[in-house]
Amino acid sequence: MKDFIIPWNDADMGTPAKTGAPVTLTIDGAAVTVPEGTSVMRAAYEAGITVPKLCATDSVEAFGSCRLCVVEIEGRRGTPASCTTPVAEGMVVHTQSSKVQKIRKGVMELYISDHPLDCLTCSANGDCELQDMAGAVGLRDVRYEPGDNHFDPTGTGALSMADAKRREGDGNFRYIPKDESNPYFTYDPAKCIVCSRCVRACEEVQGTFALTIEGRGFDSRVSAGGAMDDFLSSDCVSCGACVQACPTATLQEKSVAELGTPTRSVVTTCAYCGVGCSFKAELNGDQLVRMVPYKNGKANRGHSCVKGRFAYGYTEHKDRILSPMIRESIDEPWQEVSWEEAIGFAAKRLKSLQKTYGRRSVGVITSSRCTNEETYLVQKLARGVFMNNNTDTCARVCHSPTGYGLGQTFGTSAGTQDFDSVEHTDVVIVIGANPTDGHPVFASRLKKRLRQGAKLIVIDPRRIDLVKSAHIKAAHHLPLRPGTNVAVVTALAHVIVTEGLMDEAFIRERCDWNEFLEYAEFVSAERHSPEATEMLTGVPAETLREAARTFARGGNGAIYYGLGVTEHSQGSTTVMGIANLAMLTGNIGRPGVGVNPLRGQNNVQGSCDMGSFPHELPGYRHVKLPEVRETFEAAWGVTIDPEPGLRIPNMLDAAVDGTFKGLYCQGEDILQSDPDTKHVAAGLAAMECVIVHDLFLNETANYAHVFLPGSSFLEKDGTFTNAERRINMVRRVMAPKAGYADWEVTQLLAQAMGADWDYAHPREIMAEIASTTPSFAGVTYERINELGSIQWPCNDSAPEGTPLMHVGGFVRGKGRLMVTEYVATDEKTGPRFPLLLTTGRILSQYNVGAQTRRTANSTWHEEDVLEIHPHDAEVRGVKEGDFVKLASRSGETTLRATLTDRVSTGVVYTTFHHPDTQANVITTDFSDWATNCPEYKVTAVQVSPSNGPTDWQERYNEQAEQSRRILPAAE
Amino acid sequence: MSPEKMVTMANQIATFFKTQPGDDQLDRFAAHINDFWEPRMRRQLLDHIAAGGAGLEPLVIEAAGRISEPVE
Repeated sequence: MKDFIIPWNDADMGTPAKTGAPVTLTIDGAAVTVPEGTSVMRAAYEAGITVPKLCATDSVEAFGSCRLCVVEIEGRRGTPASCTTPVAEGMVVHTQSSKVQKIRKGVMELYISDHPLDCLTCSANGDCELQDMAGAVGLRDVRYEPGDNHFDPTGTGALSMADAKRREGDGNFRYIPKDESNPYFTYDPAKCIVCSRCVRACEEVQGTFALTIEGRGFDSRVSAGGAMDDFLSSDCVSCGACVQACPTATLQEKSVAELGTPTRSVVTTCAYCGVGCSFKAELNGDQLVRMVPYKNGKANRGHSCVKGRFAYGYTEHKDRILSPMIRESIDEPWQEVSWEEAIGFAAKRLKSLQKTYGRRSVGVITSSRCTNEETYLVQKLARGVFMNNNTDTCARVCHSPTGYGLGQTFGTSAGTQDFDSVEHTDVVIVIGANPTDGHPVFASRLKKRLRQGAKLIVIDPRRIDLVKSAHIKAAHHLPLRPGTNVAVVTALAHVIVTEGLMDEAFIRERCDWNEFLEYAEFVSAERHSPEATEMLTGVPAETLREAARTFARGGNGAIYYGLGVTEHSQGSTTVMGIANLAMLTGNIGRPGVGVNPLRGQNNVQGSCDMGSFPHELPGYRHVKLPEVRETFEAAWGVTIDPEPGLRIPNMLDAAVDGTFKGLYCQGEDILQSDPDTKHVAAGLAAMECVIVHDLFLNETANYAHVFLPGSSFLEKDGTFTNAERRINMVRRVMAPKAGYADWEVTQLLAQAMGADWDYAHPREIMAEIASTTPSFAGVTYERINELGSIQWPCNDSAPEGTPLMHVGGFVRGKGRLMVTEYVATDEKTGPRFPLLLTTGRILSQYNVGAQTRRTANSTWHEEDVLEIHPHDAEVRGVKEGDFVKLASRSGETTLRATLTDRVSTGVVYTTFHHPDTQANVITTDFSDWATNCPEYKVTAVQVSPSNGPTDWQERYNEQAEQSRRILPAAE
Repeated sequence: MSPEKMVTMANQIATFFKTQPGDDQLDRFAAHINDFWEPRMRRQLLDHIAAGGAGLEPLVIEAAGRISEPVE
């Protein structure tokens, strides 16, 4: 098998990197120069010398507890710990001497005296630092007699667990059995050396503070949560940082215990959220043993969350469909066929539909979960083979307003910063986002900065975890009524302008001054004051004023936002309002500031970049522009339709009208994820050829005529682009289980429809993207491999990419302050539907749950529940855990209620991870004025007690079951 | 799509541009429709306007002449 190992160094250097003036010292005769503040241990590593260590690891600050890393320093007394001793100019260090060797051996002898001698059968065998250090210090004997210890359950002096199993004794009160409660890793206190690396990782890296060291001296034990807690019931979020930090088998992945230590690794990119963490896929042969966050990944810097780290089991799940399938109509069972037959069937149907109903009667939906190369090919299929612009992507229903709003104000449809930028931020606004659940690795980086003293303003109807949790607290929480974002954001601008808190120099230099004057006049009007909007938004005027002052005066100000901003009737207007705030306060164009959309899916940014939208060719250039069409016409040898195509909701409307008949939907489940399920179902049912290309028989497939098996991110090469515009490499670690990578399937379909495509590798697709799209001009696979990742734009003027945008000037020239008048949504509460439903996500589940529901992540979230305020529950006779009916003008569904004051009175909240709940039966067809992004975040509803599923849910499940029947393959 | 939905969508867009400063609201509204509305949507809108434009904001009706005829 081809060797995919990337030889980049990610060894543990003992203590974190520092920045500072250069300091030169001598270690074991070698001169080395490192930044001021660096530890002697890390400096030694830089000089090629490894100092023995146990309690130090470079993901956390040095602790100095194990005393194994002691060294001698000329002119200093004693033997200082190299991990906690900073370098000094001219220092002369000796890491090996008979004195330190003797100390280290003594330390190791003590450690081993309270450690079971089960090395051969230990799950960390070959990957244990305790074992390595025993070897490194030359420990050859343990002279201590068996005595008080933590590992022998029998209390009879057994030296190993294996030995203890064969003995009987009175027991050992110090022995604590293994905690297997977490589905992904175990905690075995018998093997713990109390180095505190796990506790520090939980605090410093993850920021959850779930772990602590309980007791003192010999009684010290790692403990999760309170006295009665195990790992699962504690605050632990299963991010894996502690497992990563543990030097022994104390915290160990269950997969390693089961499958053995991995022997090779491939650096790749997580396929969950838009943070785009780099991981090492560690394998034996082509069997994945574990995913480990990659230290040199620039988005995650060695951290991970429960999804990327552990929830990869879906790639091997029995529900995966590995054979192509077809059927004449959707009431028939599926029939397994060859690839050739399935592709031929699909191509014939699409061609015949176009012949009968016209060129524009078919279209595609590209996937924000697939690679850039795959997405590029799917939109090319629409434009270059179907000969229309009917291409859209799931960004329609999440961040399309970001594209429009930032395009209008700044000139680019993307976030302005990299994630490292948060380390320089002084005041952060988080609006309509819940990073600890939706973008956990970014949240950890944000929380780290907050613990260093940065201030936080949360604008959200719910009291999300960031408002107050361990060691962090928001300076201001603005609990606005759903649907009033524009009023709140404009009121913030009102305070900034009327109180003279704006950065006039910045505005004069970087924005159009006349536009600013018009804007200032608009925003200064009394109707935008916090006092005037308080009744509407529910945000106390004084709180809002203080928040505005904090943001404007607080130093580097950064705004992070999510779908709570975009998924509204005025989503695009709020995005413009956010851009206004950044421009007014001069917070654009340097580290620590900026406007940062937190992207939902792994490749939402990329799918937008790749021309998935029906009005734009790759690189955000409108199809009406002849010079842009010419570029692609020359490259593809076709004539491109100059008219914009249909967006997803328009496709469904046209389908119901009978003018849109065929759809190729790659890696998206519109029936579950899109609003107003009944309308989506009606649209799909009206089509004559629905081709679903996915890993699983998803909900949309209930209405499909062709099913093409997809390949997981482990099974193909390509690139994902994360929320920072960072193009990360996805590397194939195993062969596609169904025979083809997704880009190959699209190519087969194009070929069957007469196209002359002939790509042999995704690298060639990227070359075509680079040759046609200016912001990708400098991107090649070789360059990405060389640099690790590239943030676009990458071209001659930015050959290594662009971490920060709009430095020195906006992409569109002058920044444009836009007038943002608040317009109330038509979705209003009334006597029939008096509550407002808003929707969101939870940490353990991802999007529609197709992936995470097929992993042990469901341990944390088995079903969607409705959060309702105790007052609203009481007047309706709803108690904790009751089944309730949730009804809107679109439809009704049932789910269980949970009573919490995280939501205000008048507001209820749920997630949309489970198809049984069908939260989108409730959501309506209202959408953002500019982009048709659905208004998921505001639906007027009523909640009432219920006995069980609604008729709709039962009918739906029945139809789904019927539709998923598969006939055995023909002999 | 249903006429009500189309009217709502067109009015939402008109409402935004109506609030914008300057004297080019009609052009900006029409440009938005031309840039983002697929030919059959524009056809439906133009037909609706021709039939009297029930429910539409005055700005939408006024901008009708600036909306491009769909190209087949």
